[in-house]
Amino acid sequence: MTDSPSTLEWRADVRDVLVVGADLAGAGPGDLLIRDGLFADPADARPDAHRVDARGLVALPGLVDLHTHLREPGREDAETVATGTVAAARGGFTAVLAMANTSPVTDTAEAAEHLLALALGGSVAAAQVVPVGAVSKGLAGEELAELGLMARSAARTRVFSDDGRCVADARLMRRALEYVRAFDGVVAQHAQDPRLAGPDACCHEGEVSGRLGLPGWPAVAEAGIVARDVGLAELTRSRLHVCHVSTAETVDVLRWAKQRGVAVTAEVTPHHLLLTVDELLGYDPTYKVNPPLRRAEDVAALREALADGTIDVVATDHAPHARHDKEHAFVDAASGMVGLETALGVVVETMVRPGALGWREVATRMSSGPAHIARLAEQGRPLVVGEPANLVLVDPERRTTVDRDASASLSRNNPWHGRDLPDPVVATWWRGRATYGR
Amino acid sequence: MRHLLSAADLDVAETTAILDLAEEMALVQGRPVKKLPALRGRTVVNLFFEDSTRTRSSFELAGKWLSADVINISAKGSSVSKGESLRDTVLTVASMGVDALVIRHMASGAPLQAARWFAELGLGVQVLNAGDGTHEHPTQALLDAFTLRRHFRAQGSGGDLAGRRVAVVGDITHSRVARSNVALLTTLGAQVVLVAPPTLLPSGVGSWPVEVRTDLDEVLGEVDAVMMLRVQRERMSGGYFPTPREYTVGYGLTRSRLGLLRPGTPICHPGPMNRGLEISADAADSAGSLILDQVAAGVAVRMSVLFQLLGGADETTGASR
Repeated sequence: MTDSPSTLEWRADVRDVLVVGADLAGAGPGDLLIRDGLFADPADARPDAHRVDARGLVALPGLVDLHTHLREPGREDAETVATGTVAAARGGFTAVLAMANTSPVTDTAEAAEHLLALALGGSVAAAQVVPVGAVSKGLAGEELAELGLMARSAARTRVFSDDGRCVADARLMRRALEYVRAFDGVVAQHAQDPRLAGPDACCHEGEVSGRLGLPGWPAVAEAGIVARDVGLAELTRSRLHVCHVSTAETVDVLRWAKQRGVAVTAEVTPHHLLLTVDELLGYDPTYKVNPPLRRAEDVAALREALADGTIDVVATDHAPHARHDKEHAFVDAASGMVGLETALGVVVETMVRPGALGWREVATRMSSGPAHIARLAEQGRPLVVGEPANLVLVDPERRTTVDRDASASLSRNNPWHGRDLPDPVVATWWRGRATYGR
Repeated sequence: MRHLLSAADLDVAETTAILDLAEEMALVQGRPVKKLPALRGRTVVNLFFEDSTRTRSSFELAGKWLSADVINISAKGSSVSKGESLRDTVLTVASMGVDALVIRHMASGAPLQAARWFAELGLGVQVLNAGDGTHEHPTQALLDAFTLRRHFRAQGSGGDLAGRRVAVVGDITHSRVARSNVALLTTLGAQVVLVAPPTLLPSGVGSWPVEVRTDLDEVLGEVDAVMMLRVQRERMSGGYFPTPREYTVGYGLTRSRLGLLRPGTPICHPGPMNRGLEISADAADSAGSLILDQVAAGVAVRMSVLFQLLGGADETTGASR
């Protein structure tokens, strides 16, 4: 029997799923057989296999988001492991790295294992949840958190970040980089010099911030920290990852650092690939995000950097917030936007359709690249026999008008609401289990 | 007219209409019985999230002299610290059935957000921006224009502000008065000269329709009016300038600088003044000082604005006045 992907549902009784005729991540058409959580030889498909006609679609390895805020534990009114991972699956993701700024903070092995247990218990998660550990105790930026114990825990933490806050103290940053080298960890820095861009900074510093009278967040507050940190990464021979790069200046620093051979990787968010500071003209806190939306020339530089590999990956910085936390005055409102469900659509719009990235590169930027940075063995693998069946089917032509209420996330702080965008994700399988299908 | 959120929303005709009506309101102000029945039955709420004496009392008098019912709500402190969202606070007040909400808030854009929430819910409440953060203070700009217009007219040089050069001196970065004045004076055809140390000039000021200068002494002899801005206490220790003394030497309207002004040049200050810091007593109390005229103009201008927003035009029937 043959189903179109649009009618596909997860059925426990179907053992084999045969995906027919998809473009395999830009390598041309082929078939995929999903059996027992792995890709098997399509020639071995049983006659009763559930056939999915994927002609005209693209098959990508399941996407991996290096930067998700699941809000659980602590703010289950904004998002939970269950709702956040369903949103992830709808966005084509099979793994998300859950940032540490929950309540309590993920700064101990116990906290990391608790998050893992939340995801595993009762099969609530629709994607793999990988805890990110805090760099400093309580994200306070003063003392190292128990990085080694988190690394040795069942969570096997390899990515450490104080995201939401910058590890501003140069000595602490140096020690963190040095220390995680022992277990091949990486420090993911939220680059924001707090002396140049303090807690109130909420608008790219420039013409718009001056006109609106909003506290400015200058580009140099990011690039300055990144310049320092690549120096520290070079000094310590350790791995640095730069979260949500937002400015052309930072791109220049990264390009220089990579030329020097520094082990630095970087991510860009979908919103920084498309939206600009002009969105703030109406003081709508939906567009308040940290780092803030920047100039059109930054958007252009970020796209170019993502195309040429200076920026390695796309990460969502999915940051759900309860509605009332966004209904304050702009400077008082919470920072952040949801983004898991729209991420691939924005990448198609900004990178694929203009010809800046092919599907093979999309797989690198959104699946194998982030999986490698996070040292996830079972994610971002090629679509070949024997590999874990993490798969997303993509319709490059499909578009929709984004409706914030048509979301699996508990939150509605969606900057794309009402916009016409590609809506490419057709179906997602995580470890052979269909986690999403339209 | 719908809301008064930004001086930039006003065109020449609207501005002139407000200022002309304010002249009539000023006549009422001079009468022994200062009461017009124009807004009888209308309700105005002054919702102040930030301390203010002169603006709040000015709006209060303006509403009362027009026979509106006026109440003041002090909601000091950010909504975040109180646990209630700004949206809930303004909708709560608006839902009582008020006709106009005069909002003062320490955050830029708050009145604009309130107006948007009202629009989303179809509430016909008029919003007046009485100062939002470091963004705008449109009635201050209107009263400044009103004061200058009267002054020039009394001087015999005509009341038109077109072609006049007006210096605005001080902390431009954090001044809502400066932003509203730049917008309004430019609309009226005046040339604005901003004078400040570079640390107190807003980012992107180069694209504003103004002249930007850093040397006050050079400017004083070239302008038709001087507006001195208040230096907020928190800026004094914020590293924007080394010491208050140095600020005064560079940017204060000192007694010696008065001599640089052309004779009869009017001096404005939105108040409250830091005497001895940005303005000397000699300047504040000089013959050219319009500072008390500004305060008087505040009531007349706010009467005019309230009347423009609430008078006559009936929101429910759509009948025009």
